[in-house]
Amino acid sequence: MTQPLLRVNDLVKNFALKGGILGRIVDEVHAVDQVSFDLSAGETLGLVGESGSGKSTTGRCILRLIEPTAGEIWFEGRDIVKLDAKELGALRRDMQIIFQDPYASLNPRMTVGAIVGEALIIHGLAKSRRAIEERVVELLETVGLGADHMRRYPHEFSGGQRQRIGIARALAVSPKLIVCDEPVSALDVSIQAQVINLLEDLQKEFGLTYLFIAHDLSVVEHICTRVAVMYLGRLVEIASSRDLYTRPLHPYTEALLSAVPVPAPRAKRQRIRLEGEVPNPINPPTGCHFHARCPIRQLPLCSTEKPQLKRAADGHWVACHLRG
Amino acid sequence: MDARTAEPLLEISGLKTYFKTDDGTVRAVDGVDLAIGRGEVLGVVGESGCGKSVTAHTVLKLIQMPPGKINDGRILWQGRDLVPLDLEEMRKIRSKEIAIIFQEPMTSLNPVYTVGEQIAEVVREHEHASRREALDRAVEMLRLVQIPTPERRVHDYPHQFSGGMRQRVMIAMALSCNPKLLIADEPTTALDVTIQAQILDLLGEMKERFGMAIMLITHDMGVVAETAQRVVVMYAGRVVEEASVEELFDRPLHPYTQGLIRSIPRVDRAADQRARLEAISGTVPSLLDPPPGCRFAARCKFATAACTQAAPDLREVEPGHKVACILY
Repeated sequence: MTQPLLRVNDLVKNFALKGGILGRIVDEVHAVDQVSFDLSAGETLGLVGESGSGKSTTGRCILRLIEPTAGEIWFEGRDIVKLDAKELGALRRDMQIIFQDPYASLNPRMTVGAIVGEALIIHGLAKSRRAIEERVVELLETVGLGADHMRRYPHEFSGGQRQRIGIARALAVSPKLIVCDEPVSALDVSIQAQVINLLEDLQKEFGLTYLFIAHDLSVVEHICTRVAVMYLGRLVEIASSRDLYTRPLHPYTEALLSAVPVPAPRAKRQRIRLEGEVPNPINPPTGCHFHARCPIRQLPLCSTEKPQLKRAADGHWVACHLRG
Repeated sequence: MDARTAEPLLEISGLKTYFKTDDGTVRAVDGVDLAIGRGEVLGVVGESGCGKSVTAHTVLKLIQMPPGKINDGRILWQGRDLVPLDLEEMRKIRSKEIAIIFQEPMTSLNPVYTVGEQIAEVVREHEHASRREALDRAVEMLRLVQIPTPERRVHDYPHQFSGGMRQRVMIAMALSCNPKLLIADEPTTALDVTIQAQILDLLGEMKERFGMAIMLITHDMGVVAETAQRVVVMYAGRVVEEASVEELFDRPLHPYTQGLIRSIPRVDRAADQRARLEAISGTVPSLLDPPPGCRFAARCKFATAACTQAAPDLREVEPGHKVACILY
């Protein structure tokens, strides 16, 4: 197998909780707990899970927008956890991010031209004002906007158009990897489809690799070649999109899929009802994080031993004592 | 029961709710007709700004007036028009006859009172009950919505509950006076999918038990397909289509409904159906100065010159299936 574009090895991120008048560390939130996966060039890996599963933190650690507590992140053969600020700056050319909220992620005082052109100046990718302008127009046209939008401000655009601006900004430096953090969650379905189609077109045109973080399993199924499921900081299953959706192995994945409402009123589906809620990541359960809600748990095995991610079939990995 | 032959519980006709802003008048709801029968679950779907929430909030007069104003129309509640009622008279109807739950329960629960006090207050407002009786009712309601150890949790404050539990508290409060209609305004939008499934199941169980009608407002076609019996589709302040849920998904007639259904990625279809999503081009028109004629015309594949001249009426083209489009 060829070397993956990105390899994440035992990534850990703990957030310190400070308390008391001295601001001492009183506890830790275990947001990401030994997550490992590979991402090959040109593929789209979906990272799914519910609130607090650690999917966004994982995405941000990969870009070092958040410093990981432990673990390795290999990008094109270099461990980027070890890079200094200057090397990291250069690396930003290769890795970009698109955020969920297109309102919060665009500076309201900058014109669209300045927002999209900023990275060109920082990385010295265009020599003259004219060259910058030409490239900005080209980028805006690539994402379905026009040259006349360049001198306008973010508030003059709708949510879908703003997400296009965010995508143009990410594309400006011709990155290899784009982390898409819930890129369509804030959009209405008809607009959501426009943005998903745009992301697919851009991937084909520029050979992009996506890490697609989302809680909407339908969107992920549509756009991703492979999908990784997270639960309370851990990766519980990873497989090709087709395998995961047609033959889920982990009981959490099964429950998650069965809970998605489908727009087919005549379909009589069997819903697996999960009891309770996601436990607190400050004090996660022992053993398998899912054991307290799991319909097939076997005690004491599941409550004492942490299940390791193991290979169940070709390209299909699952972390469960009882499956796979 | 056939909702069309019996007298409807709620019948909204020609409703117009406008808002005055510095930029002009926003016609948020612009001529809406819909009805709900006793014990029926009606889904109201549409995207942001289509007027679905404003319609629901107008029924209970929960909109700020001014800037809001009911410019026209009638809201018949069991035959009685709610539009001319003053606040005092509306108060007798809220919670007792029509209750509402919102998307974000934290904004509708008072953070400085325990949930028990808040449920008891609703009970005492509408019924002659002592403080003790009202609190007992609160415990009983929390038990009904399956909150563990309700006799303890009744003394907790809203922030001590998770999002899903808070929505259960809201449902307990809404049902505490046994209303005939529950308006659920995006009740599961802020929740994770497994919690959403729990809350939708709970709403179904509560409907079985209390027999109330539900007006479910949502943007999620999946939620509506799994929950509603009849569906009203709204676009830019108007109703564009209405049908039974099976009919609407089997044979959507309005080009907007068709586009909406086709633009959803489907988790239930195995990965081999990797069709490109059919996006609806363009965006929703401004309601400050909406275009004349059909409001969907600018985005519609089938639009002709006639579409931009006169607004099409909502007409029944088949028994129980109404559509506002000149194609039919």
